[in-house]
Amino acid sequence: MKRWMLLIPLVLFLGMAGLLYRGLYLDPSELPSALIGKPFPEFNLPAVQDGKPLTRADLLGKPALVNVWGTWCVACRDEHPVLTRLAQQGVVIYGVNYKDVNADAQKWLKEFHDPYQLNINDEAGSLGLNLGVYGAPETFLIDAKGVIRYKHVGVIDETVWREKLAGQYQALVDEGKQ
Amino acid sequence: MIRRDDVPAGLASSRASALLQGGRRLAAAAVLALGFAGVAHAAIDAYTFKDDAERARYAELTRELRCPKCQNQDIADSNAPIAADLRKEIYRMLGEGQSNQQIIDFMVDRYGEFVRYKPELNAHTWLLWFGPAGLLLGGAVLIGVIVVRRRRSGRDDADVLSEEERQRLAHLLDKNRE
Repeated sequence: MKRWMLLIPLVLFLGMAGLLYRGLYLDPSELPSALIGKPFPEFNLPAVQDGKPLTRADLLGKPALVNVWGTWCVACRDEHPVLTRLAQQGVVIYGVNYKDVNADAQKWLKEFHDPYQLNINDEAGSLGLNLGVYGAPETFLIDAKGVIRYKHVGVIDETVWREKLAGQYQALVDEGKQ
Repeated sequence: MIRRDDVPAGLASSRASALLQGGRRLAAAAVLALGFAGVAHAAIDAYTFKDDAERARYAELTRELRCPKCQNQDIADSNAPIAADLRKEIYRMLGEGQSNQQIIDFMVDRYGEFVRYKPELNAHTWLLWFGPAGLLLGGAVLIGVIVVRRRRSGRDDADVLSEEERQRLAHLLDKNRE
């Protein structure tokens, strides 16, 4: 047997250990979205506040965050101040009010700040289904043409915004300026 | 762990929870209801099928598709509201006369390859399909090689004496006899 062959078990072991070590820090409940690179789904739903019909065309023109939320969602309450602050900084945020009671949603928006430029009332959850939503909050980053570029599952806090979303959002905004 | 909330069962539940905010008796009822919810099996969805073939397809599909929320359950078995939503969607699509493949594609388009317990064979999944068998085969081949080598080298070195060794042995034996 050649000398170098003795190293094979060590190399295999290190490879395996590296793989498993990485696995320790992966969250299995975070699924990669199947929709990245695909157009935001078509919909025809009323707005939360005034019931005005909204369609996909209303989301086009600027890169934006599309935030799936509900008054039943406790984590959305944590996220709300962060979204409000982002909206004040000029980030375009659209809301999908998912499987909620409309009156409750209106009350929430009145009581807390309303960071959403538009808020889609998805009471039956049909848009949520087309978006592959499996909980809330979930946030999609779409470009000016309405293509989904990124999806974040869970609360957006300062760290998530800074590390995962801000750069991509800024890149999309810069892309639009050229 | 991601901080977020599960999809609610539907509007009825959020209204019910609003009502339950008052009254201890109602709270007790809620606790009871929760207990029953745990016992209730998903298979009690009251769907009526056109014929037995359609019922069989429904059973097959709900067993092949995985619940995006609970992850280690198929959607037939899961009590998660999202699984109920997906079952409803499958029922609807079966009613529309869509094929199994169309229904699976619909789910994969939204939730990703993750939702299939039998993922399609492609560049991303070949390792998943053949990895275990490949490892087993590799191990068997390795053991085979080692065994054959041992056997061969054993015959060469241990059992069979070289010419020099034979002379030495003869010499020693002769010496002993004297």
